[in-house]
Amino acid sequence: MRIPPRYTHRAAIAVLGAATLLTVAVLVFIIVFVLNKGLPVLSLSFLFTNPQDMGRAGGILPTLVGTLALPLLAIVIATPLGVGTAVFLTEYTQESATTMAIRFGTDCLAGIPSIIFGLFGYIFFVTTLRMGWSILSGGLTLAFMILPTIIRTSEEAIRAVPASYREVSFSLGATRWQTVRKVVLPNALPGIVTGVMLGIGRSIGETAAVIFTAGASLRMPHSIFDSVRTMSVHFYILAREGISSQNAYGTAAALIISVLAVNLAAYWLMNRYLARRS
Amino acid sequence: MNLVGEKGVQRIFQIIAFSSIAALALIALFILAEGLPFILHYGPGQFLLSSDWQPQQGRFGIFPMMVASLWVTLGAMLIGAPLGVAGAVFLTEFCPRPVMRAVKPTIELLAGIPSVVYGFIGVMVLAPLIRAQWGGPGLSVLAGAIILGIMILPTVMSISIDALLAVPQSYREGSLALGATVWQTTRMVTLVAARSGIAASIILAMGRAVGETMAVIMVAGNAVKIPLSPLDSVRTMTANIALEMSYATGIHRQALFATGVVLFLMIMVLNTIASRVMRRAGR
Repeated sequence: MRIPPRYTHRAAIAVLGAATLLTVAVLVFIIVFVLNKGLPVLSLSFLFTNPQDMGRAGGILPTLVGTLALPLLAIVIATPLGVGTAVFLTEYTQESATTMAIRFGTDCLAGIPSIIFGLFGYIFFVTTLRMGWSILSGGLTLAFMILPTIIRTSEEAIRAVPASYREVSFSLGATRWQTVRKVVLPNALPGIVTGVMLGIGRSIGETAAVIFTAGASLRMPHSIFDSVRTMSVHFYILAREGISSQNAYGTAAALIISVLAVNLAAYWLMNRYLARRS
Repeated sequence: MNLVGEKGVQRIFQIIAFSSIAALALIALFILAEGLPFILHYGPGQFLLSSDWQPQQGRFGIFPMMVASLWVTLGAMLIGAPLGVAGAVFLTEFCPRPVMRAVKPTIELLAGIPSVVYGFIGVMVLAPLIRAQWGGPGLSVLAGAIILGIMILPTVMSISIDALLAVPQSYREGSLALGATVWQTTRMVTLVAARSGIAASIILAMGRAVGETMAVIMVAGNAVKIPLSPLDSVRTMTANIALEMSYATGIHRQALFATGVVLFLMIMVLNTIASRVMRRAGR
């Protein structure tokens, strides 16, 4: 039996279209569901007051500080390393066994699950280097985790800078480093910033790697050697231990809004950059 | 930078460039150093194939956790891979390009939703639904598979779209000129040409599903036993590490690191396969 092609074509459209619709609908549902329940709880006073009674009452101020501090430390460490790697790969070397190895290492690092980063951060930073559960341990662990993202986006951004820019710079007698510093990096900056923002977004949402390295203290941290709890860890503890579903929704809404805002800004920047390039 | 000179700058970049490999090596070294001696001392066969997990009695068999990880991951692939690939095909082959260009970033944006949020949705919405519909505890293999399946959708879709877009337009035009419908062209030409990239997207997503922790802890129920039906509560390897790490000491902690070693090796194998397949797709 042979079904006429125009029927199979229509059936394919129906099935594939339904699958696409389902995908988008589910993902949108998740955001709408959380915001719907969480936005009424979310207010300035919720964000800027201290939690009471393990988070049953009060706000999320210390976790807000943790959520700012950890990603900030992570990008301060990972950005120079990531951009440096990208510069080396694009400007200072040809494709070789070395670059293949670096790329493979980066790909592998990107695929490592966050719980492994958590185990590693715990045994290396917290225990071996005696940093304890602290902002420092957490930030360093997150830096390892977001390094591949920053390397990849920076490399793409640097490659997108036209070769003619470099040639003009060289023809004026500039050295390679001068060309990199004055021509390549400024032109690749928006792309690099995009990578850094994606790294921030991933750090904000991370739980498994953070809970074993930065700890879960609800006290306000005073230095980078203090333990801190991020919003995602706070949300996890509130939801899992059934402490307060209302505050859990509020924290989830704050979490989703910050992650989406950071990612949205990253994409906006990338699009503007690409539009200017072409 | 006149202090170090051109050669010095180059040397600095050369050193920095090894940071990702150094990071990977450090991670492998410390996880292995903490977990491998335990595996060798306890006996790999006993550790991997025994179903007896009683940390207080010094008995550490992770077989149920390995089976749980396998089932949850397979379930997630069964849900996430077809939906993701179907979405990618629909958006690239059947939709006008502007629609695709609007939907793809939206989906990638949603990939940023933290895993704890997915887990929470699983607990609040999915588990009660499963409990009401089919009975059982609700927090189960099925719930874990569905939530993980949703979580990997953006990965599968986004990489598959890139693979499909990389197929030269002339291939499609050749097929259409022969009188094939768009679906025939997709099935017999485009999908065949993009199959390596699509396979890579599925393998990478599998790596993510195996390694996912927080969402699985929240929705899979965490009972240490070999599941007999999709409605049974299970504990995956990742969940086992995260649940007990907070209070484990001594040999118990080493056993958790040993679980991490098994997980790490599995992920490395999956990543290596994916990167091989990817490279073939690039040719």
